[in-house]
Amino acid sequence: MRYTKYRFSFVLLLLSLLVCFVVNISLGSVAIPFNATLQSIFGGEVMHEFWSYIIWDVRIPKALTAILVGSGLALSGLLMQTLFRNPLAGPFVLGISSGASLGAALMIMGGSFFSGLISFSLVNDVSMAFAASVGSFLVLLVVVVVAYRIKDTMALLIIGLMFGSITAAIVSVLSYFTNAEELQQYIYWSFGSVGNLTWQQLLLLLLIVLVGITLSVVSIKPLNSLLLGESYARSLGVNLKKSRYVIIIATGLLAGGITAFAGPIAFIGLAVPHLTRQIFNTTDHKVLVPAVLIYGAILMLICDTIAQLPTSVNVLPINAITSIVGAPVVIWLLVRKKKMIF
Amino acid sequence: MVIAKGLNFSLLGGEISAIIGINGIGKSTLLRTVGKVQPKLSGTIYLNDKNLKDYNALELASKISVVLTEPLASKNLTVLELISLGRQPYTNWIGKLSNKDKAKIQEAIAMVELAELQYKKCHELSDGQLQRVMIARALAQDTAIILLDEPTSHLDLHHKVRILKLLKSIAHKTNKTILFTSHEIEMAIQLCDKILVLNKEVHDFGKPNELIQKSAFEKLFPIDTVSFDPSTGSFKIKK
Repeated sequence: MRYTKYRFSFVLLLLSLLVCFVVNISLGSVAIPFNATLQSIFGGEVMHEFWSYIIWDVRIPKALTAILVGSGLALSGLLMQTLFRNPLAGPFVLGISSGASLGAALMIMGGSFFSGLISFSLVNDVSMAFAASVGSFLVLLVVVVVAYRIKDTMALLIIGLMFGSITAAIVSVLSYFTNAEELQQYIYWSFGSVGNLTWQQLLLLLLIVLVGITLSVVSIKPLNSLLLGESYARSLGVNLKKSRYVIIIATGLLAGGITAFAGPIAFIGLAVPHLTRQIFNTTDHKVLVPAVLIYGAILMLICDTIAQLPTSVNVLPINAITSIVGAPVVIWLLVRKKKMIF
Repeated sequence: MVIAKGLNFSLLGGEISAIIGINGIGKSTLLRTVGKVQPKLSGTIYLNDKNLKDYNALELASKISVVLTEPLASKNLTVLELISLGRQPYTNWIGKLSNKDKAKIQEAIAMVELAELQYKKCHELSDGQLQRVMIARALAQDTAIILLDEPTSHLDLHHKVRILKLLKSIAHKTNKTILFTSHEIEMAIQLCDKILVLNKEVHDFGKPNELIQKSAFEKLFPIDTVSFDPSTGSFKIKK
């Protein structure tokens, strides 16, 4: 309707994103003066060569990863919530992240479990990403089949939770039989991390997220008509079957791809769409899609800034921080459910 | 299980028709099938001499609009946003409204008298107001056929009459075909051009006075609860 009123908010949001980005880069285990950070970003000379290295090969890839992870997960959450017409849907609740975890666990620890059967010696980042994506897609597929047969969304959520339990159980079994080294590798993966990505991996992740975003943008119109319910959407000329697949593929790519590279990062997918709806007070996906992308990125940058504990060598697991930030949001939402915007 | 058998009826432009019958006889199922909201169980439906199944969703969206009984997935749309969604078959890939779309939307809002409510959120509305919003959305879709599943169910007597009269005048003035299901038999007799009376065995379709002469309404309910009075076109409760 009147989109000009949103223009100001978007300018403000983009500015905040930029600020968060610069702050995120300027803070870290090695103290680099703020001026030097800025100089390095804009290609100027800095006092120490290694500062430039830290900024360009460690901090900027990490910040960019955080942006991609945050926006991608937030978008996948929004897609799930609208598609399933359920405010509690999200990559986690529907078991998609669990699927990715299972894929990763099988890849890391399955080697000793199925020793001899298949060679899992090639546990590198690409195969990890592949395994996690396959895992999340398989779970997504099951969710779709179930969603097609069961119209009750509560049942869907319970099924999603069941998948979570099954995954946890299988991971336990695998952990029991695996060796300490592989177990540690899996546990580190499950902590979640936006660091450690090379520029090449970052490029691959960017590609995945961009495809996901493109598919979502194309689906804005069907998403809006889905707000009325499926029958109405169909009567408005939406090709439901096609739209549903496009939305699901977008979600699978976003949630699966991100989980593969950054580990299972909780709550962003669930919390950011709600936050965005509350703040923008709209359900129009023309506004929501870009807004969740930016909010997701900002929230993830903030979480990452907290996680790296400025000036300390310790880095907290990012998954813990997103939960610490995200859980109160979900609780707050449930408490004020009466006015919940969905 | 076959509920209603051997149905055969045709709807013309510029006519308002009602489907009546007891609970569970298949009024909504029939209406939803005609609107291709749900797959048909058997038989063939023709729209302008073309089989309904040969229309794709988008083609059909500019021919048939529906008002259903199922709840909205999101009640956080504003009235204006919801009615604007009725223009989706005509908007571009991202759903931008043209000036013509906006004019149609305001026209629909004016017809159902929702001007003061247009910036309200749907969860702030009463059931009856929401019903009118859904009707406005169907009007904004600007189709030759409008199908409504119990459009008057949440309305007070005044608004029931108003909506039905409005639908009737829309059908007559703009040559639209309007079909709705209802339990308001007496009102349908007074306002509709044609009525389809669904019964287990026999189905009667025709003008209300013809149906009265054929005593189609007497068969609707068990004779010991209510009886039909042909002279007034109303039902009387057996004491």
